[in-house]
Amino acid sequence: MAAYALRRLALIPPLLIGVSLLLFVLTHLVPADPAKLIAGEHAGPAEVAAVRHAFGLDLPLPRQYLIYIEKLARGNLGVSMLTNTPVLSDLLQYFPATIELAAAAMFLTVVLGVPLGIISAVRAGSPIDLAAQVLSVSGLSFPIFFFGILVQLVFVRGLGWFPLSGRLDIVAIPPHHITGLYVVDSLLTGNFEDLWSAASHLVLPSFTLALTSLAPTVRITRSTMMEALSQDYIRTAWAKGLVSTRVFVHHGLRNALIPVVTVLGLYTSGLLGGVFLVELIFNWPGVGLYSVNAITAFDYSAVMGTSLLLTVTFVLVNLGVDLLYAVIDPRIRY
Amino acid sequence: MLSSTRVSATSPAARRGTGTSYLRRSFRLLVCIPSAWIGTAIVAVLVGVALAGPAASPYDPFHISAADKLQPPSPVHLFGTDDLGRDLLSRVLTGARISLMVGVVVLILAMVVGVGLGLIAGYWGGWMDEALMRTTDVFLAFPRLVLAIAIAATLGPGLSNSVIAIALSWWPWYTRLVRGQLLSMREQEYVLAAVSLGAGRPRILLQHLLPNVGTTVVIQASIDIGFAILATASLSFIGLGAQPPTPEWGALIAQARSYMVDAWWYPTFPGLAIFLAVLGFNLLGNAVRDAFDPRLRSVT
Repeated sequence: MAAYALRRLALIPPLLIGVSLLLFVLTHLVPADPAKLIAGEHAGPAEVAAVRHAFGLDLPLPRQYLIYIEKLARGNLGVSMLTNTPVLSDLLQYFPATIELAAAAMFLTVVLGVPLGIISAVRAGSPIDLAAQVLSVSGLSFPIFFFGILVQLVFVRGLGWFPLSGRLDIVAIPPHHITGLYVVDSLLTGNFEDLWSAASHLVLPSFTLALTSLAPTVRITRSTMMEALSQDYIRTAWAKGLVSTRVFVHHGLRNALIPVVTVLGLYTSGLLGGVFLVELIFNWPGVGLYSVNAITAFDYSAVMGTSLLLTVTFVLVNLGVDLLYAVIDPRIRY
Repeated sequence: MLSSTRVSATSPAARRGTGTSYLRRSFRLLVCIPSAWIGTAIVAVLVGVALAGPAASPYDPFHISAADKLQPPSPVHLFGTDDLGRDLLSRVLTGARISLMVGVVVLILAMVVGVGLGLIAGYWGGWMDEALMRTTDVFLAFPRLVLAIAIAATLGPGLSNSVIAIALSWWPWYTRLVRGQLLSMREQEYVLAAVSLGAGRPRILLQHLLPNVGTTVVIQASIDIGFAILATASLSFIGLGAQPPTPEWGALIAQARSYMVDAWWYPTFPGLAIFLAVLGFNLLGNAVRDAFDPRLRSVT
């Protein structure tokens, strides 16, 4: 297991070199001359040339890439033109909000999707099953940005149950920084006012973000659970006189979990892509919103930094999923 | 899936039996799937509206009329009007052509690149295969939308740039699909027979292998087209895709955000249009997959 984890970790650096090369090539495809952008609209040719030299933009591309990689290795992602601070420190500041949002969405996906899938499988053909299936087909086709706007219209404007946007009430003072996740930090410091505020701000964005992963989770849980329930060992479990929850959860679910976890891992991809849309709608101050703001300002370093960060997160999540297999299924040994 | 139980009743062995051809048999299965009919109906309406173009819209989708701004739905304006008094129904209908075209173009681009490289990787093997597969690894390491956003941000805002961006982030899926199929296919007897008859590589690839991976690719494409439309709308919503005044659905919703408090209809109708279009293609795509290749019924 440890050897396998190390082997997988060893594969990450080459992958990151590939990813950085791709991003580097992308940034150098920019039709606009970055030197001109940095120097400003009214700069003369001499000033542009000076900027080009100062930023190393006049060097041959391979040289530029080596410099880029070297900076990357030292955690230097460039300076954001928008905020005028290093991209890395911006990302560190905004990333906890994104983690909180994505983790809450993943949590909702699991606690809603897996039980719904089990019920559908156990009661296959029932109205609940039919409803769950219609929901899962529709959920996959629903644009999450439109879904976000709809929940805002219904739950904020209509019912007034939740706040419209942001992470905390405007008057609230953020909890003492421990993890950067407001819900966790306020819980740890016993700041229940903030906890309530942070949790109520989190509900709608995380639910919206969960939409895309919820649908496939219900679907895959249902189908693998149905397959598991048709096995001989399930009949044996019934014959032994076990109570139904034990048959379904202990014998059925345990064996149906591997594909479910695979799908959850895959749909982290959807979650991480969705943060751009959801953070924009709910004005959630994470890396997605930071990056969308950067796009409109032609601030490439910020966009590339965000992409790199989300990609590394995705790679690590996939590694975690693979290691989780062995925990769920003792038959799997690496 | 709504349709899975029906299809699985027919075993692969029975499907391969004597008599009617594979295509006819699959079509016969397809018409038994209820969601295929719903999907086909939605897609047919979408295609009809897209083909009809301006003829289908009651008003000029670009006609600005300050006096009519933000009117709620009424018999005069069925979907209401937007912030510039333009008829929303006309704008949504015009958007159908854009979205459909975008979906098709994204898929064609991704398929041409992806299938081509997949054929090369799967048939040549060796270092070529290795190089291409490591390249797809890099592309697939990105969460899907993230790479498209990064590419679109680099190319600059615009509908055609966002189409290129999405196609560039999608081709590796086709490469993998085709390569995987080819690995098992290239050892089969009919290929060996072609080789022994002296057929050249291009001939074997195009005449013998391509038709056999074709079905799989088309099935995958029929599922992907809905998501291509969704991805384009997402980029437009962020501001990277179609720019105003183009009535692309994602762009319409982006513009509608500022007015949604007073005008619920403004974001709602373009949103429902995206939902229906994607739903239609998804239902049809899933049904096609179930009917044509039960083995392919993937986890997604």
